[in-house]
Amino acid sequence: MALYSEKVMDHFRNPRNVGVIENADGVGEVGNAVCGDIMKIYLKIDGDVITDVKFETFGCGSAIASSSMATELIKGKPVSEALALTNKAVTEALDGLPAHKLHCSVLAEEAIKAALKDYYDKNGIEYDPAMFPEESCAYCAAGEV
Amino acid sequence: MNVYADNAATTRMSQTALDAVRDCMENTWGNPSSLYETGQKAKTALEQARERVAAALNALPGEILFTSGGSEADNQAIRGAAALGKAKGKTHIISTTIEHHAVLHTLKRLEREGFTVTLLPVDAEGLVTARQVAEAIRDDTCLVTVMYANNEIGTVEPIAEIGAVCRERGVLFHTDAVQAAGHLPVDVKADNVDLLSLSGHKFHGPKGVGALYVRRGVRIPPLIEGGSQERGKRAGTENLPGIVGMAAALSEAVERLPEETARLTGMRDALIAGLSEIPYGVLNGARTNRLPGSVSFCFEAIEGESIILLLDDLGISVSSGSACTSGSLDPSHVLLAIGRPHEIAHGSVRITLGAYNDASQVPYIVDSVKAVVERLRNMSPVWRDLNEGKRQHVIPA
Repeated sequence: MALYSEKVMDHFRNPRNVGVIENADGVGEVGNAVCGDIMKIYLKIDGDVITDVKFETFGCGSAIASSSMATELIKGKPVSEALALTNKAVTEALDGLPAHKLHCSVLAEEAIKAALKDYYDKNGIEYDPAMFPEESCAYCAAGEV
Repeated sequence: MNVYADNAATTRMSQTALDAVRDCMENTWGNPSSLYETGQKAKTALEQARERVAAALNALPGEILFTSGGSEADNQAIRGAAALGKAKGKTHIISTTIEHHAVLHTLKRLEREGFTVTLLPVDAEGLVTARQVAEAIRDDTCLVTVMYANNEIGTVEPIAEIGAVCRERGVLFHTDAVQAAGHLPVDVKADNVDLLSLSGHKFHGPKGVGALYVRRGVRIPPLIEGGSQERGKRAGTENLPGIVGMAAALSEAVERLPEETARLTGMRDALIAGLSEIPYGVLNGARTNRLPGSVSFCFEAIEGESIILLLDDLGISVSSGSACTSGSLDPSHVLLAIGRPHEIAHGSVRITLGAYNDASQVPYIVDSVKAVVERLRNMSPVWRDLNEGKRQHVIPA
């Protein structure tokens, strides 16, 4: 029994959409180095569609795979669909994550939400703040340091 | 190329040890406690193994107790010494912040049972001094336990000096020599040790077997109650194949120690030199005062588990002290104890060489680590921030 599913290993070994978008319409960064994972998502949005997405991640195998999968799940999709992306959907698309790695999928969801919030803020688009809850550090006690 | 370089975790058995285990299982399967010939043959094999282990440590056969491994030996040594101390009203124990969890968790439990524990800090290389120990000893100190060499960063502690201080002050001294036995010239007399733990699978012997040296005259109680095996100090029918295999492996390791030390030290130093070329990386532990085959580095802006997985794809098996590989939220307590900040400790790699490694693997390991570090840094937002001056380097270039 391997540590991760084949899907996780595929996205870890060959991450999709790695990189930076210059002059991105939305940028979101979550996590911190003390905890051991940081995810940064860059969005290019045209009209209501996410036309391009890139990510950079500092973290373990499942953090990199979760970022890669999350970008794949929202690329070419309307903003409304990206907003609805859950960590559960990321986990399922990866054929599951070990229990102590589920927070990586949570970070991926939060990174995308943070980038969308940045897009709304930059463009003066009104939104319900409840859509963007504070990032949860519940999984990581070190984050309180 | 396939390179197993995690010998501090476990080792592949030597052919000598494998032959000894198999031969024992096939031909010497009797119970050493049985009186008839088949049992007495097993008893003879057991006592020969005891003599071999004793000889490797410059101990007497009667001072060697076989256990299920290093953890059990550590538990029995510490709990046993604590019980002896308590009987005399002494309930203070001294240790260090970088011990193995078999020691630290046992001490934690003793604290809950009313003992007071002083954990001495280590310096930036992971070293504790005899002077620190001398200053920490109190009238009610019953035990000092300091590891011989550290499993994560390889630093070798001044055991003989600490032992001398303990002997002078009349305090029992235990050392967890799990990483040292078979790799350093361990001598219980010269090292002034009262109790010493070792584990078979760290020097190309089998798993599930270890030994505890108990100096003659030190009467520690058993951890496991039952029959009168091991002179009443450790009940249960002896794991004879394991014991015989461990004795064979230890004898072999001690016999080859001078040449292996030179060979592994050369490979280790070449690894350290090669990996030092990676910018913003730092060696963990002492530069020369370290186990012959042990190398540990931290690399800025990347995470250890990712390094391990990518190296695994290249056929290289190594380990890390990152939180993600430790199964806990915090990175290695040893890396934190030598002053590495959390974010740096997450990016650690430990490479430990053994008898099956050879010098031809060194350039491959160095090139692979360089490639993996670069690849991960190129997707790290922390690395970008460092390059763009938005974040300060913690490790110098």
